[in-house]
Amino acid sequence: MIEVQHLTKRYGPFTAVNDISFTVERGEILGFLGPNGAGKTTTMRVLTGYMPPSEGTAVVAGYNLAEKPIEAKRRTGYLPETPPLYTDMGVREYLDFCARIKGVPRRERKARVAAVMERTRVADMAERLCGKLSKGYRQRVGLAQALLHNPEVLILDEPTAGLDPKQINETRQLIKDLAGDHTVVLSTHILPEVSQTCTRVVIINKGKVVAVDTPDNLTSRLRGSETMYVQLDAMGADAAGALAALPGVTRVSPSSAARGEGLGLEVESDAGRDIRRELAASIVNRGWGLLELRPMRMSLEDVFLKLTTQENDAPPDAAPDGGDSPAAAEPAASEPEAAHE
Amino acid sequence: MNNVLAIARKELRSYFASPIAYIVIGLFAVIFGIFFGVILLNFNQMSQQGGGQAVNVNEQLIRPVFLNSIVVFLFMLPIVTMRSYAEEKRLGTIELLLTAPLTDLQIILGKFTGAMGLYAAMLAITLLSMAALFVFGSPEVKPLLTTYLGLLLMGGCFVSVGLLISSFTSNQIVAGAVTFGVFLILWVINWPAPFAPWPWLQTFLNYASIVDHFDDFSRGVLDTKHVVYYISFIAVGLFLTARSVDTERWRG
Repeated sequence: MIEVQHLTKRYGPFTAVNDISFTVERGEILGFLGPNGAGKTTTMRVLTGYMPPSEGTAVVAGYNLAEKPIEAKRRTGYLPETPPLYTDMGVREYLDFCARIKGVPRRERKARVAAVMERTRVADMAERLCGKLSKGYRQRVGLAQALLHNPEVLILDEPTAGLDPKQINETRQLIKDLAGDHTVVLSTHILPEVSQTCTRVVIINKGKVVAVDTPDNLTSRLRGSETMYVQLDAMGADAAGALAALPGVTRVSPSSAARGEGLGLEVESDAGRDIRRELAASIVNRGWGLLELRPMRMSLEDVFLKLTTQENDAPPDAAPDGGDSPAAAEPAASEPEAAHE
Repeated sequence: MNNVLAIARKELRSYFASPIAYIVIGLFAVIFGIFFGVILLNFNQMSQQGGGQAVNVNEQLIRPVFLNSIVVFLFMLPIVTMRSYAEEKRLGTIELLLTAPLTDLQIILGKFTGAMGLYAAMLAITLLSMAALFVFGSPEVKPLLTTYLGLLLMGGCFVSVGLLISSFTSNQIVAGAVTFGVFLILWVINWPAPFAPWPWLQTFLNYASIVDHFDDFSRGVLDTKHVVYYISFIAVGLFLTARSVDTERWRG
């Protein structure tokens, strides 16, 4: 449905997107993940035909953007980072205008506007001026605008930014419902969003694609080793030393996640080897109290940090928001960071 | 065509949803009323004195009123055009327009038509005064028609320059101020012409003045030379606006 090949976008001397390629199949929800300034917005702007790439090609809904931009745009719905609302227009009026310029036939216009207002839950604000809406409503009116002409491809730049938790859930559900007969590309820097909504993830950093995979594969692929969290009451004995001696165990370290009574340990073992039984048996046999035993999975968050901080020497605390990368690629990135939601 | 009309409709709507349309039309109506009143009284005095010379409503009343009004348009039209692109960029709605299945030309023509609609509404106010002249006198119709045609074409030139300047910036005030300055320059550009050291410069300066080309229209002369000048001026203005919008895209 979307085919991007060797896409590069430069702003003067600054390269915002550097030779990225990926494809999105029909019905997929592709998550675009990356720190601010990674080139997410730029890539989306190229995909929607807002700006031409410096190099490379993009084919959307079967039409090359360089050759048939109008045809591609007819089949694309776009929610920019800032919802593009005319502040002096009412919601219904605004959507009616959008329907006109998106070529919704006159007879269907009224029904389409009513349908998308219903779907994005903005019908109760139909007569309110767009300029007087709260951030959450603005975002949803922006989404309504993107859905108006029932496009095959939806490109959503941070669709849940500025929404409250309930609205975030509703919007995610809406996006999931839309997949199937629509193809969705969404960008976010909120990690749980990706694992909850997307079927595939593209992680991009400093204009380059660092990983493309399903959220599950990404987490397991980067996991290298299995880690168990064990909380036990060793009654003063050297539990760490004893567990480290078990077959298959590669490393035992005190856990930073420990809480409550007893001793919290992280026990790492070779990948693919399940040591839960041996671990439990050995603890119980020694007469210690086993309070908790659970596998620790590498979260997408860890994957993300690992991938986006590897190649540069940025201090770890600057990594989540890419503090050192130029902000030029995403000039409107002014909302507070919400990397951990 | 539908797309052009949709944009034009939206532009006009936003003029009338904000105070802009009412301020521009209202102020123009007042100032035009003063011009019309003063020149009418003056004209009455002249015609009562007689003085051998035949008086002509078209030449001595209608023409000076509209020549004076041009200055008012110079002030008012920057207010009309300054927001057209600047506001879209500030609100981010330019992204909506540029990612909708519209060509740049459709967007520009829509904005041009919208601004011309407001300008036409200003001109429509003056029809009331003209109607009064027809009730109490018998002005010639043909010079009046060419005057209105000339005003529309001349206004089109101003609007196309205004759109171009508005497309350079996201700041309405900057757009408005620069547009006003450029209008003034276009107005006075032929004033130094008599002192030009070379004949070609004199010809050029005279030719460049937008207002100068209106003179024949106001006399009831419909000269293709001027029509072609105005239409080419508008076309170049809109073409440059299209280039400016496109360049913006590349730069991002």
